[in-house]
Amino acid sequence: MTVEELSAALARAAAPAGLAWLQGAIDELGENAEAIRVRFAMVGRAVGRGPLDPRADPADVHAWTIDDAARALLLIALGDAAEAELDELYRYGDTAERRAILRELPYLDLGGRGLGFIDDAIRTNDTRLIAAALGPYATEHLPDAAFDQAVLKCVFVGVPISGVDGVPARATPQGARMLAAFVLERVVAGRDVPAEVWGVIDRFSPQAEIAAIERELESAFEDRCRAAERALGQRGWERA
Amino acid sequence: MRIFEPHAHMTSRTTDDYEAMAAVGVKAVVEPAFWLGQPRTSVGSFVDYFNSLLGWERFRAAQFGIRHHCTIGLNPKEANDGRLRREVLEILPRFLAKDGVVAVGEIGFDAMTAGEEEALVAQLALALEHELPVLVHTPHRDKAAGTRRTLELVEAAGLACERVLIDHNNELTVHDVKASGCWAGFSIYPGTKMDEHRLVRVLEEHGPDRVIVNSACDWGVSDPLKVYKTAAAMRAAGFDEDDVDRVVWRNPVEFFEQSGRLILDDLAAPDLTATFEGSGVLRGERA
Repeated sequence: MTVEELSAALARAAAPAGLAWLQGAIDELGENAEAIRVRFAMVGRAVGRGPLDPRADPADVHAWTIDDAARALLLIALGDAAEAELDELYRYGDTAERRAILRELPYLDLGGRGLGFIDDAIRTNDTRLIAAALGPYATEHLPDAAFDQAVLKCVFVGVPISGVDGVPARATPQGARMLAAFVLERVVAGRDVPAEVWGVIDRFSPQAEIAAIERELESAFEDRCRAAERALGQRGWERA
Repeated sequence: MRIFEPHAHMTSRTTDDYEAMAAVGVKAVVEPAFWLGQPRTSVGSFVDYFNSLLGWERFRAAQFGIRHHCTIGLNPKEANDGRLRREVLEILPRFLAKDGVVAVGEIGFDAMTAGEEEALVAQLALALEHELPVLVHTPHRDKAAGTRRTLELVEAAGLACERVLIDHNNELTVHDVKASGCWAGFSIYPGTKMDEHRLVRVLEEHGPDRVIVNSACDWGVSDPLKVYKTAAAMRAAGFDEDDVDRVVWRNPVEFFEQSGRLILDDLAAPDLTATFEGSGVLRGERA
């Protein structure tokens, strides 16, 4: 989304009173950049918290919200003063404020200096923060190993990876191997995996892990056989 | 039945507790900032604690379909550390601006010291400035005198009495508190402060008006189902469903709604506890 698209989407989604509040806050920031320290926290109740795209599923952790977009416009309005405020806004921010900062990193001229926020968010177990961390900024700046680990963590905590910006383009053979090993671990436990993992695994088809999953079809334990059938069935596999 | 738990230190509780609370009808909780059983020694510990009340704990609660709110404040025990008092009071305005912060609290007296009074007065002023109600903790020792002094300071600060909840009342303090126009909170504990049967007697004598019941469950001996058990005791004593709903839902909602920051809008949303393979996925959580 460009800044113009963001503004237009917000103008469609937010109520007039909320948009007026936002314009007032943007004007205030022109006079006093430090006003961001209180205004940033107030965005949810002043402008709204619903989905930015009314067609979006409210349960979709990847979907932008009205407050995300409004906070983006506040930070963009700060211009060069934004970077100096960012550390404290994040440190003192609640989940919605942190999520907004993570989503807004690509709009700020930070180079790789925003990676600390991404790392912090990926370390949490909060699906909203993990999802927000894995946007275009992470696609551009996160090292391979960290990106692969982040994708695995998404699968582990239940963030759909099909909504992650860099999936499958950023995935590496090592990432595919880790996901296949995760499938094996789940199959041995008689459990399931989301079908979308195969979109990454089958880009590289790690042989050892896939062979091990296939051997589970012959397991002495019924639950493991069934789990292997279900998992392999997700990639269009059919038992001969 | 719907239950609003207005005082629960959920940070100290397990997911079993959340599950049990959801099963008996708890739809929303308020977690007041308090101490952790051991004094903190740096302001950074408070920053992380406040952040966890606004972040991780809200996320945990939502996985069980429970709306989590909090109050932010410097508790009286730790207000006695001079350096901490200054540093925590300094960061409070940033946190009092947050969504889901529905009062300043718990503030009040512990041992009736000058440091406690300084922190209390400063935070009553912050409540006025941030247009938030106040949750007042009353001392375990010399409770009646501490409660009277608290009421004097509330009046001197110019706070409207209907925006003040005086908590941890007993048979000896309830009269003064209700006469003051403030809300009267009762922490229902296994064995100590107040139990559900004594509370029923208080209700029979003083009526359900401006009475709020909580479990105050924390890291000590306490029971997160005490509000539910109080409702049962009320029914057994002959109170009707409307009285019960008033005490365990409408009263606390009315009090905390004065913050303008309660988030109860999508309580009816289905599927809040949906999980994928045991990893909770948040559905429709706001802020």
